[in-house]
Amino acid sequence: MANVSLTNLHKSFDRTEAVCGINLEIADNEFVVLVGPSGCGKSTTLRMIAGLEEITEGDIRIGGGLVNDVPPKDRNIAMVFQNYALYPHMTVFQNMSFGLRLRKYPKDEIQRLVGDAAEVLGITELLQRRPKQLSGGQRQRVAMGRAIVRNPQVFLFDEPLSNLDAKLRGQMRIEIKRVHQHLKTTTVYVTHDQVEAMTLADRVVVMNNGLIEQVGTPSELYHQPKTHFVAGFIGSPAMNFLNCKLFKDSGSLAVSVGDILKLQMPADRNTRYEPYLGRDLVLGIRPEHVHEKRAGNEVQTEVKVNFIEPLGMETMVYFTVNGVELCGRVSPEADPRPGQTAVLSFDAGKSHLIDPETNQVL
Amino acid sequence: MTVGVAVRGLPERAPSVRRGRFYLWLRRRSTIAVMMCFPLLAIITCLVAYPFAYSIYLSMLNKAETAFVGFGNFLFLFKRETFWLVVQQSILFALVAVIFKALIGLIAAHAVNTIPSKGQRKWRGMMMVPWVIPPALSTLGWWWLFEPTYSAFNWLLAEFAVPAVPWLSDVFWARFSVILVNVWVGAPFFLIMYLASLKSIPEDLYEAASIDGASAWQKLFHVTLPMMRNIIAITVLFSIIVTFANFDIVRVLTQGGPRNSTHLFATYAFRVGIESGDIPLGAAVSLFMFPALAILSFVILRNVRQRTVNI
Amino acid sequence: MTNVTRNNGALSALLGSKSNIHVNRRWALFASYACLIVFVIFFLCPPFYMLVTSLKTNAEIANLATNPWLIEQGVTTEHYSHLLTETAFLTYFKNTVIVAFFVVAITMVVSVLAAYALSRLGFWGSGVMATGVFLVYLVPDSLLFIPLFNIVGGLGLLNSYWVLVLVYPTLTVPFCTWIMIGYFASIPKELDEAALIDGANHMQMLLKVFIPVALPGLIAATIFAFTVSWASFLYPLAYIYSDNQMVLTVGTVTTLIKGDVFHWGGLMAGALLAAAPPVILYAFLMDYYIAGLTSGATKG
Ligand SMILES: Nc1ncnc2c1ncn2[C@@H]1O[C@H](COP(=O)(O)OP(=O)(O)OP(=O)(O)O)[C@@H](O)[C@H]1O
Ligand SMILES: [Mg+2]
Repeated sequence: MANVSLTNLHKSFDRTEAVCGINLEIADNEFVVLVGPSGCGKSTTLRMIAGLEEITEGDIRIGGGLVNDVPPKDRNIAMVFQNYALYPHMTVFQNMSFGLRLRKYPKDEIQRLVGDAAEVLGITELLQRRPKQLSGGQRQRVAMGRAIVRNPQVFLFDEPLSNLDAKLRGQMRIEIKRVHQHLKTTTVYVTHDQVEAMTLADRVVVMNNGLIEQVGTPSELYHQPKTHFVAGFIGSPAMNFLNCKLFKDSGSLAVSVGDILKLQMPADRNTRYEPYLGRDLVLGIRPEHVHEKRAGNEVQTEVKVNFIEPLGMETMVYFTVNGVELCGRVSPEADPRPGQTAVLSFDAGKSHLIDPETNQVL
Repeated sequence: MTVGVAVRGLPERAPSVRRGRFYLWLRRRSTIAVMMCFPLLAIITCLVAYPFAYSIYLSMLNKAETAFVGFGNFLFLFKRETFWLVVQQSILFALVAVIFKALIGLIAAHAVNTIPSKGQRKWRGMMMVPWVIPPALSTLGWWWLFEPTYSAFNWLLAEFAVPAVPWLSDVFWARFSVILVNVWVGAPFFLIMYLASLKSIPEDLYEAASIDGASAWQKLFHVTLPMMRNIIAITVLFSIIVTFANFDIVRVLTQGGPRNSTHLFATYAFRVGIESGDIPLGAAVSLFMFPALAILSFVILRNVRQRTVNI
Repeated sequence: MTNVTRNNGALSALLGSKSNIHVNRRWALFASYACLIVFVIFFLCPPFYMLVTSLKTNAEIANLATNPWLIEQGVTTEHYSHLLTETAFLTYFKNTVIVAFFVVAITMVVSVLAAYALSRLGFWGSGVMATGVFLVYLVPDSLLFIPLFNIVGGLGLLNSYWVLVLVYPTLTVPFCTWIMIGYFASIPKELDEAALIDGANHMQMLLKVFIPVALPGLIAATIFAFTVSWASFLYPLAYIYSDNQMVLTVGTVTTLIKGDVFHWGGLMAGALLAAAPPVILYAFLMDYYIAGLTSGATKG
């Protein structure tokens, strides 16, 4: 078990800079998830930790020791790949024991370690099969088994579940969580699936363009995004953004979106927002905070519904305000109809204001 | 249930910190690569590149290899009628043989692909036989079939009251015979190449064509042949090289006769260089193959390029 | 509008007459089988005739009155026994086996190592080299046999079958390297990375991961190398003249013919026996070989 620390990490390929200076401390036993849009440098970062990619600049320490120049096999890490990367000519047992055999472990110890790992993952009956004879989920388990037999200091996962169908992905997510609770090995996990990130992570690292946008617990990222990007990236459907103006309205602060919408900001944010009075800002509000009329002092607006997406438990309504299409989330009882008007209320207390010049959330 | 408690010999110790080691390792990686390629490089350099350069040098010496004669050997060849016969026959041989190989291969591949897949292996296996027997040995069999007195073909012709054919003694028939044997040996190669490429055409293209109302011929000309174009090109070019440089068949069947009418560059070079002992002249003869081979190789390479780029 | 009607027409033509499709299909099948039968007769008639001749008595071969395609006066194995006991055939066989064995071994070692380096250790110039390997494959033996005659003569190897062990790799190594590059390149990169993390060094990676995974390619390359070294004719004809160094192809064609009367029966028996090993090998491993051969071109 070990902590991992990345200091000022850079990676450039021939022309492109994939990772442009990352600082991250991962504590012992922590489960950290890297998320971000495609091409933002998640895999590259992970592969540098694994030692599969040369570091252009910066330092990586595992368990306190600098590992920049240490080849992958001596870093005592294990990695699970998206396409499993199982050796097709070996049985499950041979796949799982390959690393141990190369390190010349005694036979009976190999038997014991593989047996234990197989038991943890429930693949004991599969040990004599070949990868071709396994289903996708089973292969994924074997790939994890291969990682855990060596009891490494760090687990690295690169989108391990993205080849599985939705249902299996849910099961395997729980499995991974269970294994981590059991082994408590420090884990770095790359995904672009938010649900995976939110459910698995102790801390989530949001990356964009080779840089870290924000690090925090899932709930911090959801409730207190620090940047425009994080606010838009976390949450599905994505947060609505509207251009607005901040002004003073009978003593308290409020924003207006064109002439259509006026939202009173909570009083406790006054000191934070005061310097931005009169500025053009961006209002961010999540679909779940735009809902049918409820009791309380929320602002209500009549809008024309463009179209709806009934999801059963709730219904997403799409409508246009000030030229921007917004999404709201209403209960099915409200029964919005496309082409008709609906009265929606905006939960101003849950909204965010963003400075479009710095892209920071105020 | 505990998993992997004892981990032996793994660096609990902090791994060492020097940068130098990484570069050493990097260097080692390319050193290893060069070492692994070395035998290949050695073979190509010593047994292909060097002989080729040496061959150019050789071709400029006199028969005893004692004096430098410049282009003397080449000029001498230009004045020999036999040499022009060889040029003419080599081109004729390569083109006619390849055309027939390609046609037979294409028809056979289509036929195999049409029948139920259960029997395909069997038929393909039978048609591969000519290509599996070393050509020098199968040509021996052909030679016996063409033998003037005992020719089994002439016996068959006689049954139909057709006069005997002078298979190997008449200029036209001798040329016909060497081409026939070459087609027999080479057609199976086209068959398997075409069959592989036919099988790689996705079935839904044909289904889409059927829905669009294409007839069988239209499917052939608008789906099959365009999809196979690349493989047909590569196979034909490749076969032209091999046929053009052929040695075994002519050597065994006619030894270049009658009256040098079936000599190819290779057999003529052998006759001049090895049998008559004029090594420089022989080298000059085989070097005449080079321009044609170089052009063909260049064209093939353009077709194959994509793959090397991907490596 | 016109479009719709035309499509409808085509569709009804397609669906309307099921029997029409059926008839077409029958015709296609019939034509295919007819073609195949003609081709198979064409392709198999020489080997068949060789077999018939090799099993006939000399008297029947010489008798012009009988049907040459049939054995009418009894089957005999005298040609085979004569071949094995009275001639140097077995010496040729032994020499050929030795040559083929060494050529295959050298070829596989050289080309697997090179293919691994070229497909995985991407170094400066590796792309050019892969192309170069392909070009060398296109160089025919008839281009270089004359300068090589002088070169091997200078090495004192003329008239020894070891010269063949030296020169055959020029014919086998480039193609084998080329198909192994293809097979290695199709192994996903993650597999080496997994092996790297598992602690494999280059040799272990090659021996324990690459070679087993690319085994079909390895088999195809081996068969290719074997066939080439078994069937080659020009080099042994040019460089070897003593009976005790001779290999099968040249031995059968040249020395068995000698004499005033051609022993056609013996000659055909020799040719068939000499051709037997590659034919048997194909009978069992045809699929591997075809896959390897066609992948060299179709993957491109
Ligand atoms: N071997 C390479 N050579 C050149 N550029 C590369 C290489 N690998 C990655 N890149 C570039 O580096 C950037 C980051 O790539 P990376 O694979 O880390 O993205 P990612 O965040 O994992 O994306 P995804 O979610 O699609 O996997 C991309 O722009 C990519 O094009
Ligand atoms: Mg990635």
